[in-house]
Amino acid sequence: MNAEERYTPLNWPDHPETQTLEGKNKFLGFWLFLAGETVLFASLFATYLALKDSVPDSSHPLAKDLFNLPLVFAMTMILLTSSITSVYAIYHMRNYHFKKMQSWFVITVLLGAGFLALEIYEFTHYVHEYHFTFGSSAFSSAYYTLVGTHGAHVTFGLCWIIALLVRNAKRGLNLYNAPKYYVASLYWHFIDVVWVFIFTVVYLIGKVG
Amino acid sequence: MNMENEQAKNPNLRAHHDYRRKKSAKEMQVQVITFALMIFLTIVAFIAVGTGDFSVKFIIPFILLLAVIQVGFQLYYFMHASQKGHELPMFFMYSAVIIAFVTVLAFVTIIWW
Amino acid sequence: MSSVAVKKGLGASVWEYLTTVDHKKIAHLYLGTGGFFFLLGGIEALFIRIQLMKPNNNFVNEQLFNEIMTMHGTTMIFLAAMPILFAFMNAVVPIQIGARDVAFPFLNALGFWLFFFGGMFLNLSWFLGGAPDAGWTSYASLSLRSEGHGIDFYTLGLQISGFGTLISGINFLATIINMRAPGMSFMRMPLFTWTTFIASALILLAFPPLTIGVFLLMFDRLFGSNFFDVTMGGNTIIWEHFFWIFGHPEVYILVLPAFGIFSEIIPTFSRKRLFGYSSMVFATVLIGFLGFMVWAHHMFTTGLGNVANAIFAIATMAIAVPTGIKIFNWLLTMWGGSIKITVPMLYALGFIPSFVIGGVTGVMQAVAPLDYQLHDTYFIVAHFHYVIIGGVVFGILAATHFYWPKMFGTKLSEKMGYVTFTLFFIGFHCTFFIQHFLGLMGMPRRVATFLPGQGLELGNLISSIGAMLMAVAVIILLFNVVITSIRNKKVGADPWEDGRTMEWAIASPPPFYNFKQTPLVRGLDTWWLEKMEGKKELTPAEPLGDIHMPNNSIIPFFISLGLFVAAFGAMYNPLNSVGDGKSWGLPVLIIGLGITFGSMLIRSLRDDFGYHIHKEDLLEDDKGGKVG
Repeated sequence: MNAEERYTPLNWPDHPETQTLEGKNKFLGFWLFLAGETVLFASLFATYLALKDSVPDSSHPLAKDLFNLPLVFAMTMILLTSSITSVYAIYHMRNYHFKKMQSWFVITVLLGAGFLALEIYEFTHYVHEYHFTFGSSAFSSAYYTLVGTHGAHVTFGLCWIIALLVRNAKRGLNLYNAPKYYVASLYWHFIDVVWVFIFTVVYLIGKVG
Repeated sequence: MNMENEQAKNPNLRAHHDYRRKKSAKEMQVQVITFALMIFLTIVAFIAVGTGDFSVKFIIPFILLLAVIQVGFQLYYFMHASQKGHELPMFFMYSAVIIAFVTVLAFVTIIWW
Repeated sequence: MSSVAVKKGLGASVWEYLTTVDHKKIAHLYLGTGGFFFLLGGIEALFIRIQLMKPNNNFVNEQLFNEIMTMHGTTMIFLAAMPILFAFMNAVVPIQIGARDVAFPFLNALGFWLFFFGGMFLNLSWFLGGAPDAGWTSYASLSLRSEGHGIDFYTLGLQISGFGTLISGINFLATIINMRAPGMSFMRMPLFTWTTFIASALILLAFPPLTIGVFLLMFDRLFGSNFFDVTMGGNTIIWEHFFWIFGHPEVYILVLPAFGIFSEIIPTFSRKRLFGYSSMVFATVLIGFLGFMVWAHHMFTTGLGNVANAIFAIATMAIAVPTGIKIFNWLLTMWGGSIKITVPMLYALGFIPSFVIGGVTGVMQAVAPLDYQLHDTYFIVAHFHYVIIGGVVFGILAATHFYWPKMFGTKLSEKMGYVTFTLFFIGFHCTFFIQHFLGLMGMPRRVATFLPGQGLELGNLISSIGAMLMAVAVIILLFNVVITSIRNKKVGADPWEDGRTMEWAIASPPPFYNFKQTPLVRGLDTWWLEKMEGKKELTPAEPLGDIHMPNNSIIPFFISLGLFVAAFGAMYNPLNSVGDGKSWGLPVLIIGLGITFGSMLIRSLRDDFGYHIHKEDLLEDDKGGKVG
């Protein structure tokens, strides 16, 4: 099957993302990458848990002093919603509705950008109000590295999806770029998986003490 | 090759297409229900911590359990891990989860300086 | 890509190697670059042994000794052993499974160039203020305080190299899972492919903790964080855990492919199939899994407590069981076989007792109370050199002879090979056997010198003489390579005559598309099966048709170059702990990252469908015309 062929909704394959060998390889390769990322983030969580509340003296804020649950709740809702919007996008991809897929990805990007904006606000708030910077203490270094790495992944994901949207605007959907969209949405879901653990382990457990 | 002619000639194509559309739509409904459940679990976790009524010994395992359930939903529904063709990917994911668990366990038990 | 033979000039050849995505050419790149670093690491070893030839020697001062000792270990493991093993994996595994290339040819090239630039960056330290000096393990308390940029070269160089390794690990996993020829079930794969598969899974799961640990050290030294600074709440044991959660699986990443190589060589030169195939596969999987559960046996003396020490001690002893299974299976393969003592077989015969010696001293060290006595002494040095040289280096030298014809179309001189083996084997035991006793007598490791009158002089002298013998052996091997290349006597597809697996069914070296028609795999030891039925070629699984091939690309080179540039920016950024930050630090970091991400973007924005070799050209190739 030629990857550049033009399709209609009728003869578009059921699982376009794995119709080609390239697609099958990308699908498998990406899941393997996610397994590696699981261990990567687990290492960051382990570091955070080992260094949680580890500060040089009592003038430094601890987890329960810092974290603002309403803000984190809003961020969680936004990111979770962006996950379902990307599911919608892939649903339209499977049905060969290119424009609808693009629209749902645009919504995903906007929600993701909203999440990032709130996170940047949160970090600047910590720096200005509590002098809680990357170099303040071991606890702060561990916090910013864990949550910051997640934020960097969100940023990369947004750039990735935007690049796909721009790149394919004139090309439409075909078996060459279907795997690209599928893999990008897997990445986006994984970022939400990590966030579920971040809001639970860092913020909720932080507040509880 | 003329796509349109082929479609007109092949009524099976239309039937399969309709079947697939219906199946997709049903799957999408399942996804939305999953999403609603995930929102619910998140709200429960936040409320459990927010009220401050529960003891630490209960809350921490409880919200961790909620997180694991939510991640299960994300993996098995949003990321289609429940569909066929995902056996090897899930084998590697679970291997990673085992290593991840051992790492975190080590860091919270045998680091005490 | 032309379909007519063109005489290539030097420039065209250089460009071909800079842009290749062909696994066979990438194998050449890994072998050449890894080989160069092996020589560098060997010179570093020689300097160590010259310094320690006599007490109170001043061949090098303490600081330089620490740098040489650190770079010897770091270079040998990360820049020599791993890349050379990747060379053989690249050269052999796709053909063993009947594929035309790996799953991600572009990423394969990227993996190489990341290794290349990481290794270059690390070694530039010699010229830019001093090499890293805290051992290849770079423990956080010592390495944080290291003056100069040596440790920064270590963190940044290894990080870049490490990305390459991780990418290659994913590549081989996907290749072996998705691209096996029809009929090749998992239990019909050759053992070298199996060990590559498990080692790649280990890479996938073990490199992320190293990545994080190295990032933490980098952040502490270059950006002011406090992970390991005890006064700010930090904890240095975190480094040790991350390093060894990576480090222990790493040694299995090194040795499993070597085991795989011997599992090919021993049946071939016993003219008998591998004994106990299923148990060999099972043992490999078990070694891989258990390898993740034992890391704290490197930390027995750090005060983890008796319960932790006991758990890790027992897990460590358990690994001896599957390893023992493998040793017995190799012996039973040879038993009753028709043995041909070629150079590869000689290395296999030398490997078995040498590796077993290393293995049993490992079990000794697993006994935690005894390890309190042995830790940080020369006993440990003896142990790991026995397993690494006895296992990995012998495997590499064996594979160099065994696979040279498949990779280059010529055959290394057997006579010179016997001389290399003999000198190397004697030199190796000379150097390291005596070190067991030096360690038991209390000589600590990593010391730049030792005092006279403590009974250590003779042992160290013998050890150093052994090193000279090994050096001569390696020089003879180099000579062998040069002479063979000059003579350029071409060999056929199956030059060892008893090849069992599919790589020996196609030309030496193979055509760039590997198989004209994807082969049909009818059983284990596929090529042997066909040969025993009188066939001259593999059974095809498909009719002759157009072959789809990937395009070359210069982009992997630039993605890696960007990170190389960025590393300089990071090292000299204004916040670094050495205190010599420059104003150009941050701009250079951004420019470097820009080159990397910009190249990735260029790659992603274009469609790259590869190209097709047409059926007619393949038929012509049959008749003697050259394709490509």
